Amino acid sequence: MNVSTGMTHRTTVQEGKYLAAFDSFQRNGAVGDPEWIHQLREAAIARFNVLGFPVARRGNEEWKYTDIRPIAATNFQPATGSAQLTLPPPDVDRLTFGNPGWSRIVFVDGVYSQELSALTSLPAGVSVVSLAQALVTHGDMIKQHMARYAPYESEAFTALNTAFAHDGALVQIADGAIAEEPVHLLFLTTGRQQDTVTYPRVLILTGKDSKATVIESYGSLDEGRYFTNAVTEVRMGSGSVLNYYKVQRQSQQAFHVSNTNVSNASGASFNSVNLDLGGGLVRNNLNVLMGEEGCSCVLNGLYLLNGTQHVDNQVIIDHTSSYTTASELYKGILDGKSHSVFHGSIIVRKGIQKVNANQVDKNLLLSDQAEADTKPAFWIYSDDVKCGHGAACGQMDENALFYLKSRGMDDKLARRVLTRAFATQVIDSIGNGAFRAAVGQIVENKLEEWLEAGESR
Amino acid sequence: MLEVIDLHASIGDVPILKGVNLRVNAGEVHAIMGPNGSGKSTLAYVLAGHPSYKATSGRALFEGQNLLAMLPENRARAGLFLSFQHPVEVPGVRFDEFMRAGFNALRKSRGVPEMGVLDFNKHLASKLGIVGMDATFTRRYVNEGFSGGEKKRGEILQMAILDPKLAILDETDSGLDVDALREVAQGINKLRRADNAILLVTHYQRILSYVTPDVVHVLIGGRIVKSGGKEMALEIETEGYDKYEDMAKALRAGA
Ligand SMILES: Nc1ncnc2c1ncn2[C@@H]1O[C@H](COP(=O)(O)OP(=O)(O)OP(=O)(O)O)[C@@H](O)[C@H]1O
Ligand SMILES: [Mg+2]
Repeated sequence: MNVSTGMTHRTTVQEGKYLAAFDSFQRNGAVGDPEWIHQLREAAIARFNVLGFPVARRGNEEWKYTDIRPIAATNFQPATGSAQLTLPPPDVDRLTFGNPGWSRIVFVDGVYSQELSALTSLPAGVSVVSLAQALVTHGDMIKQHMARYAPYESEAFTALNTAFAHDGALVQIADGAIAEEPVHLLFLTTGRQQDTVTYPRVLILTGKDSKATVIESYGSLDEGRYFTNAVTEVRMGSGSVLNYYKVQRQSQQAFHVSNTNVSNASGASFNSVNLDLGGGLVRNNLNVLMGEEGCSCVLNGLYLLNGTQHVDNQVIIDHTSSYTTASELYKGILDGKSHSVFHGSIIVRKGIQKVNANQVDKNLLLSDQAEADTKPAFWIYSDDVKCGHGAACGQMDENALFYLKSRGMDDKLARRVLTRAFATQVIDSIGNGAFRAAVGQIVENKLEEWLEAGESR
Repeated sequence: MLEVIDLHASIGDVPILKGVNLRVNAGEVHAIMGPNGSGKSTLAYVLAGHPSYKATSGRALFEGQNLLAMLPENRARAGLFLSFQHPVEVPGVRFDEFMRAGFNALRKSRGVPEMGVLDFNKHLASKLGIVGMDATFTRRYVNEGFSGGEKKRGEILQMAILDPKLAILDETDSGLDVDALREVAQGINKLRRADNAILLVTHYQRILSYVTPDVVHVLIGGRIVKSGGKEMALEIETEGYDKYEDMAKALRAGA
């Protein structure tokens, strides 16, 4: 029996620690960086100081289902000195995907590792460099884009990331370049120090009529507790196509907050697949501005949760231009006491015509203690709009299960087949075959692991 | 092969089958006819083991085994097959992989080594002709986007692959055009042997002109009100169920 002790739980919000860490970072950590970024960081930390962590549990619509007090209360410290760390290649290899020949840029605890990266045979027209280096060599160019698509004025985590923005990746696709092979941005956390925070920053610029695939993945070498606060900005060139795959498979104790902000361009297509295959407390904000005529986006997602994992996907598609098309499909498989949140907002501004938008979130609950909150929403200020939405949370379809069993499959096999099938629609939307197969395998292994564990329970 | 004795069954709390008796021997084809809602699919589902359909009393023996006590997968492994009136769409599962999983589950339960992908695909290819099915269908997701007729061909293809002792075909003919009906019916005939049997649910006599039944049963109000020869099917097609409805009423009054 549980008896209330009457003790009050006090949340300590550690904003002050970040301010202190900021001072030392500005003085010691990034001395070679251009002056403008120092100013940007100052402005961002000042803004963070005003905003604070969004910990309020009342009247805080955006964080209604996700309580980030555990992040705010932990005394995270910037990771130090991991770049010099030598990691045996197999450790890194198991965190890569598809073809071992694919180009990759690797960051260890937030810092670029030349040793682990493979950038000598990038696809033609594709440039990938460490942001810390590019700030020195391409400072003026970066200045035009950085913090332009991800506004730090209104979002505390973006403000905090911007305050500490230093390393990460700069990806540029040249006009007209058609790159079949993906490039992989791998952020890995060693867990060598307890309670570290990293601030990966990515800037992707696609040239006119170009086509490319970028995999941005977050992995870890062990099961430690750490905090990743990532910001990715994407500026699409007109007529370009970007396949953007974000894979989060951090430790079950990890805190992961990401803000991905995309500025779409005329005739361009931004296609993303967001895969949450790990993490303890995860929040992904994906904001796509449909700011020019004739642009489109396809935003898909898959989250696999068990134990006490919590994953929150907030997707905002803002149509400020006519002839724009958006489609969104997120799917979740939840076991244990896990909790998922999907909040999709599609905004169609006044005076905009011929918008086609669609959003669906479906969840398969494998346990009656798992919970999925789903809220697809539309904010429409125009008449010339075709919209559709759907949301579903449920257990496995009894009729499908019976159909499989009537062909001789036992309960275990039938459930495994149907659970895997539930994820297939999203996995199928991955254009690159080798990557699709790799993700399929990871999902398969994970579900297998759960089922084995479920049986031994 | 199949013996059903005074079988009662319910969906939820609603009794549907009210004492069905049936005996099907090896080598026989039995047709079950009856108006909509009379309980034909219920009988099929109860025999195949659908969890929403509960046998409340009576018995069903399959080769002497107590069918009603068996899990649905074990009924399939024992040689029972149900061709669904409404085959289920299973997006995300390829039709060929689905069939291979079932095929190998059956083999495994009989102590026969599972068949690898390549061998199975050859085996599958050799069966496509039976129902005139194009190989591209087998690479699509199970029944997803299949037309009504394609789904039914798919069911009989599965029957050909799984090679059951007793096949219950629930309105396999509904949704097939005349040519497809002939093709599928001839396919069913090719699968007939002295050591297997078919229980065929239908509304129309047409399929029975290809797959000649040994016995025709009329099921009304959850009971078999009359059994007879193949000429009964023709009679029903021209005259309808009026006279059988009267028999059913008399049965109810007597019960
Ligand atoms: N889930 C359900 N809940 C309640 N009643 C049901 C349910 N499913 C079926 N029934 C009822 O059970 C009765 C028998 O249905 P069944 O499907 O066995 O009929 P049928 O003879 O196969 O009809 P048809 O020729 O139209 O296929 C019908 O009255 C039907 O409405
Ligand atoms: Mg029926």
